[in-house]
Amino acid sequence: MKVIRYFAVALDSIRANKLRSSLTMLGIIIGVAAVLTTMGIGSGAAASITQRIESQGTNLLSVNAGGGGGSTSSTLTMGDAEALSDISLHPALLVVVPEYTASATLTNAATDSQSQVVGTSPAYAVVRNLEMAAGRFFDEAENDVNERVLVLGNTVAADLFAVADDALGQQVRVNGEPFMVVGVLAESGSAGFGGPDSRANVPIGVAQGRLINAPRYRGDYTITGLSIQADGTRMDAAELQIEQTMRLRHMLGPDDENDFSIFNQASLLEVAGEVAQTLTVFLGSIGAISLLVGGIGIMNIMLVSVTERTREIGLRKAVGAHDRDILLQFLIESLVLATIGGLIGMGISFGLAFAVGRIPNFPFSVIIQPQALLLALGVSSASGFVFGIYPAMRATRLDPIEALRFE
Amino acid sequence: MSKPIQAGDGSVLVIEIQDMTKTYLMGLTEVHALRGVSLTIRPGEYVAIVGASGSGKSTLMNMIGLLDRPTSGSYRIRGEEVSDLSRRRMADLRNREIGFIFQSFNLLARTSALRQVQLPLFYAGTPGGQSKQRAADALERVGLGDRINHRPDELSGGQQQRVAIARALVNNPSLLLADEPTGALDSKTGEELLLLFDELHSQGMTLVVVTHDDHVAHRAERIVTLRDGVVISDEPVIARAPTTRTPDDPAGDAQPA
Repeated sequence: MKVIRYFAVALDSIRANKLRSSLTMLGIIIGVAAVLTTMGIGSGAAASITQRIESQGTNLLSVNAGGGGGSTSSTLTMGDAEALSDISLHPALLVVVPEYTASATLTNAATDSQSQVVGTSPAYAVVRNLEMAAGRFFDEAENDVNERVLVLGNTVAADLFAVADDALGQQVRVNGEPFMVVGVLAESGSAGFGGPDSRANVPIGVAQGRLINAPRYRGDYTITGLSIQADGTRMDAAELQIEQTMRLRHMLGPDDENDFSIFNQASLLEVAGEVAQTLTVFLGSIGAISLLVGGIGIMNIMLVSVTERTREIGLRKAVGAHDRDILLQFLIESLVLATIGGLIGMGISFGLAFAVGRIPNFPFSVIIQPQALLLALGVSSASGFVFGIYPAMRATRLDPIEALRFE
Repeated sequence: MSKPIQAGDGSVLVIEIQDMTKTYLMGLTEVHALRGVSLTIRPGEYVAIVGASGSGKSTLMNMIGLLDRPTSGSYRIRGEEVSDLSRRRMADLRNREIGFIFQSFNLLARTSALRQVQLPLFYAGTPGGQSKQRAADALERVGLGDRINHRPDELSGGQQQRVAIARALVNNPSLLLADEPTGALDSKTGEELLLLFDELHSQGMTLVVVTHDDHVAHRAERIVTLRDGVVISDEPVIARAPTTRTPDDPAGDAQPA
């Protein structure tokens, strides 16, 4: 009951000193908004990176031709893909898909597009988590007979046909050869070079034969890589099984380096996680500096008003205030200012996050996390609190007449 | 200022000061504001303290009002030795027994007259509604009934002084202290204030007024003159009925008969 009365006094004081109160709040508002927004950007970017990698499947292993030594001639062949497909020898590998990727020119009427063409098998869509926007992926039958069918990535389709979905059923020439578009992939979200959006997929036999005329190695067509879906719980075993078979098939001696490289999406995810962590800490530091600046702003306002406040305390004591009354009043005052300021700061950062979310093609959304919220509110209220209560504590110790005469 | 103002239980308040000194440190030099003052003020007395500036009269006033603590000597109020009082008890005495009218008013900036007057009531724990009513009544009594929501910067000097008076009286103190109360007022407002003091005195309130104005001083029953931190004279005002000195009042003993 009594606390309510102190609230009334504190609110009176805040209302009576609007300028001082709003400047104090401004420090808190800026601090909270800055920390929440910068950390929100960090979290958003991190989440976006993680999600892009996860969209390709965390149980995905890629085997690429060529080892660390920079050898250019490929020794990776269709035979390797077949060997790895033997489930009895490689129990940790679920699906093995060969790829032959090369650059090609896609033409629709007068429109050209220089794209990566991936020759592969229908299982590729499953292993790579590809989703269709229109039509379908080519099927086993088409693959077996080297049908000239084409599945376009969303960006490629949009380049060739103004509207991506219009590509379905149209004829597109690849290096001059006519192909039928049987499907258009949905946007994968992983924009930029190398993602499925900017590629076109054809049956692997077509790519190796008619389209590119791929080189052979020991009688087999070479491939540029393998996409392997492994048992997610046995990723290390999967890598080991691949390496053993490959070294054996490629007749590598104990001292020879691998002439292929195995790429693990999960380890990429780990690295990306670390990068994201760094990014969050970096942006968080910027936010913390803003918070510090806000805190100094609060301190300045409080110190500037210390003379007036000391006299006010002197008067309050002269008319009978106890030390406790004064401290409670100042405590509640700072608390109210910190709360209102913190809420406004939160409002601003949520507003910014919402606004950023509405920007078309912005690569990620701002994610405000509860711990950032706690940090921002905690630090800014603490600074408002400390700088608000400190002059009060000093003035309270004075005799009323000293406080009244304070200059 | 028509309604009568009831003084508190003034009968029990006695001020006994013995050999009080107060030394301030101003920079590196010591300033002896009081050098051994002894003074007794009985309940219901109307005392003026006069002296040149720097004579220590304001310091003495602050001591009496419990705003400051003496360096040495004894000060008993209602029989309680002030140097033994807790800060809490002193605050309660300031709140309930003493009304202080400052020379510079000391109003809170940007705060309405009503809120200013409610301040002592708040610290006394008076419930909100009752506090509002009493503060409004006090302002009504000093003739500011129509200005309760005005802030200090919307009031004249005289009106500000009257807000300060309403604030000093709102808790019905038994002792009213006024430091140069007419200093900032025109003669007409000053006279109104003195009439109010007369009225309070007649109701039994103890009044101590610090002034350098002879006219103001002679409205009191007794004039205590300070010079260089000591009492040089303490005599009843001739125009009034002479008051009996208490035997333990050394200043009284010192004066010519």
